[in-house]
Amino acid sequence: MKFRELWKVFITFFKIGAFTFGGGYAMIPLIQKETVETHHWISDEDILEIVAIAESTPGPIAINAATFVGYRTCGVWGSVCATLGVVLPSFILIYAISFVLRQFQSLKAVRYAFYGIRAGVLALLCKALWNMFKKNPKNWVSYIIMAGAFLLTAILDVSVFPVLIGCAVFGLITAKYMARRTQA
Amino acid sequence: MIYLELFCTFFMIGAFTFGGGYAMLPMIQSEVAARWGDKISEQAIVDFVAVSESTPGPFAVNMATYVGTEMGGLFGAFCSTMGVVLPSFIIILIVAKCYEKFRDSSVVKGCMTGLKPAVVGMIAGAVLNVAMTVFFPAGLSLGVLSGAAFYVSLGLFAVMLVLALKKVHPIVIVCLSALAGIIAGYLGIWS
Repeated sequence: MKFRELWKVFITFFKIGAFTFGGGYAMIPLIQKETVETHHWISDEDILEIVAIAESTPGPIAINAATFVGYRTCGVWGSVCATLGVVLPSFILIYAISFVLRQFQSLKAVRYAFYGIRAGVLALLCKALWNMFKKNPKNWVSYIIMAGAFLLTAILDVSVFPVLIGCAVFGLITAKYMARRTQA
Repeated sequence: MIYLELFCTFFMIGAFTFGGGYAMLPMIQSEVAARWGDKISEQAIVDFVAVSESTPGPFAVNMATYVGTEMGGLFGAFCSTMGVVLPSFIIILIVAKCYEKFRDSSVVKGCMTGLKPAVVGMIAGAVLNVAMTVFFPAGLSLGVLSGAAFYVSLGLFAVMLVLALKKVHPIVIVCLSALAGIIAGYLGIWS
């Protein structure tokens, strides 16, 4: 009985992993449809909860959501099955593609195609960057952190990890300071 | 030992990716350049971002599997994918047990006010790197300004940006720019 439930969790998340392009938030509607409407494992409020958690924990949103839903339905083994399910399609596909790419890279047409594709990818990245910028709070603290993180990592070549830790600490200190000032 | 290095590197990347997907691009760029730059070029990473955009699944898993395969075959792909998945898996298991406490924690909220804009700044840096490989593939020099390739790339980028902002699907954009790249190639633009 329990095994059948686990299998269902695995298959559902396999489907979610196999049919969502672009990852991230693009996965939320399909996760909602499968886990709330089809299987009734969680409620609509849980979906909002998942998004909130995914935003404040590290890691890909798809993995966060799969682990969370899997845990809610079948405990730790549920989260193992859900996470395996959501990862497996891209793992298999990308493993296959990287071989195909190596075979075809010597073809002239493929090399030409990638010259064009790189310009297209740059456009996609710019759009993603713009969307993230718009979602950020518009105040001086956030602008200073943004500019600082850009200067340190892109211009001064500082490693990403210490900069992230530094920014987290800086955010924590300013948030505490602001809270105290509004209290006083 | 390459497998352990793959696992540890992607574990770090998984543990520091806030905001999903593209947030890991700056880390991938710098870690790959520092560790495996002789085998995987910056251009190869940009090419693979395009592949990730056109295949299903989370961006992070796609990138981890790709770098793992290039460096260590099937087992390499397994190690790097496990590495990138494990941090969020562990953290979510912990958070799922004490969600209310986590959500209302002022420490978590405070850290996020710093992390969110930091990620945006870092992605801006990563995008700048990609722009360099697109417009100056042979390194920064004014020489490219005399060739047609620079202007064709610039035009293509502008058109695709307009399409992207009009919410055209990424796969369509990748296919269209591939087609334009092939046509330009046979016209002798890229050589």
